[in-house]
Amino acid sequence: MAAPLSVEVEFGGGAELLFDGVKKHQVTLPGQEEPWVIRDLLVWIKKNLLKERPELFIQGDSVRPGILVLINDADWELLGELDYQLQDQDSILFISTLHGG
Amino acid sequence: AGDAFCRDCFRAFYVHKFRAVLGKNRLIFPGEKVLLAWSGGPSSSSMVWQVLEGLSQDSAKRLRFVPGVVYVDEGAACGRSREDRAKTLTDVRQILQTLGFPWPIVTLEEVFALPPSVLRCSAQDPVGTMGTYKVAVDSFLQQQRTLAAEGLRGSPSSAQGEEQPSQPCTQDSQDPVGPPPAAQTEALSQLFNSVKTLTAKEELLQTLRTHLILHVARTHGYSKVMTGDSCTRLAIKLMTCLALGRGAFLAWDTGFSDERHGDVVVVRPMREHTLKEVAFYNRLFAVPSVFTPAVDTKASEKASIHRLMEGFLLRLQAQFPSTVSTVYRTSEKLVKAPRDGCAAGPRCLLCMCSLDVDSADSATAFGAQTQDFSQTPPPTPRAKA
Repeated sequence: MAAPLSVEVEFGGGAELLFDGVKKHQVTLPGQEEPWVIRDLLVWIKKNLLKERPELFIQGDSVRPGILVLINDADWELLGELDYQLQDQDSILFISTLHGG
Repeated sequence: AGDAFCRDCFRAFYVHKFRAVLGKNRLIFPGEKVLLAWSGGPSSSSMVWQVLEGLSQDSAKRLRFVPGVVYVDEGAACGRSREDRAKTLTDVRQILQTLGFPWPIVTLEEVFALPPSVLRCSAQDPVGTMGTYKVAVDSFLQQQRTLAAEGLRGSPSSAQGEEQPSQPCTQDSQDPVGPPPAAQTEALSQLFNSVKTLTAKEELLQTLRTHLILHVARTHGYSKVMTGDSCTRLAIKLMTCLALGRGAFLAWDTGFSDERHGDVVVVRPMREHTLKEVAFYNRLFAVPSVFTPAVDTKASEKASIHRLMEGFLLRLQAQFPSTVSTVYRTSEKLVKAPRDGCAAGPRCLLCMCSLDVDSADSATAFGAQTQDFSQTPPPTPRAKA
């Protein structure tokens, strides 16, 4: 039984447009049976934070190609991507590289 | 791709790439005036930042050209309100003021005021050979040493102001006095609205933006323009240009240097950096940037050819991480040879490339037929076309 987690979710590079323009979100994830992984977080974000055009952020069970995910300022590819287990006070940043230059 | 870096190594790698691209191509001469085209986005912001840092290093490795930054307010083409545009401009100005270079801000509406001379390709200065470059660098260094010896310059690590041209930066900001006249905004808005497809809009925007930036460069005496196109963007651009029928001009559209305009050369120093690297660098080292919605913001995947290609390449990249670099490497092999006999031919008014016209039209059936015309009587029509 995993305890509730408090994490900071941040959006940048234009991704914030899909979230009412709000870049930083302090999020409390409810306790659940399995430990929280990024995959679950994405589902949660889609249900609770995403205001419009889900297809511009999420593709399948992962993020759309072109959106970078940084966990505590490190590339999520080095941490297991969708299977990374969230810890309390983690900071997850989604940067869209799809916009402008 | 595929290599893990710690923060410091990443920074060294990133900066090295930037310098290496500039050094390898040897096109920018010491003391030359270079205009940095800044869109506020991550790639161009990173480029501006690299230049800023590069100018302040100790003398052996210091970048030696004289930069200016231009920002084009394209709000009218995207249907943004005056308030939104003003807000963005405030953010933009805040960043520009800290840079220490001259920073003209122009609005896309000024396109209507451009003289027809922008459409004429001016006489080309011959591109310096290796020998000339070395001579130029040597003589520049010699000058610096002489001045230092005469005690006219401060230490290399002194403030930016001493290295820059004498005009103070606030005077050189050349900020337009107020927002552009509503009639011009309206005209621009109408122009873009009359364009039916997003693809065409994006191309039009790019063409107008390029002409405007070149005009700014010419009027302020800049001989080079640097744009922040990254590796990823250029790979997407390459494929998009192919789809748009611009295959003949790929070398100019995606290469390091683009000399089609003659007196002003466009260079792309960020072309070896992927968008991922840019995003990471900007985040880790707090590079300021201003996000501005563009014509294609929130457009769906199939809204334009550009978007389609972007989606295609990025999706492929996710599964095959060498996709972007492969496309990019291919673009590096493109050679800018004019077709025989077409070197001095007419140029396209919009993109300024030599028209890719084969006057004999030999490759098409129509051409083949008309060639025969002079020799044989016209065939009797058998059916209505």
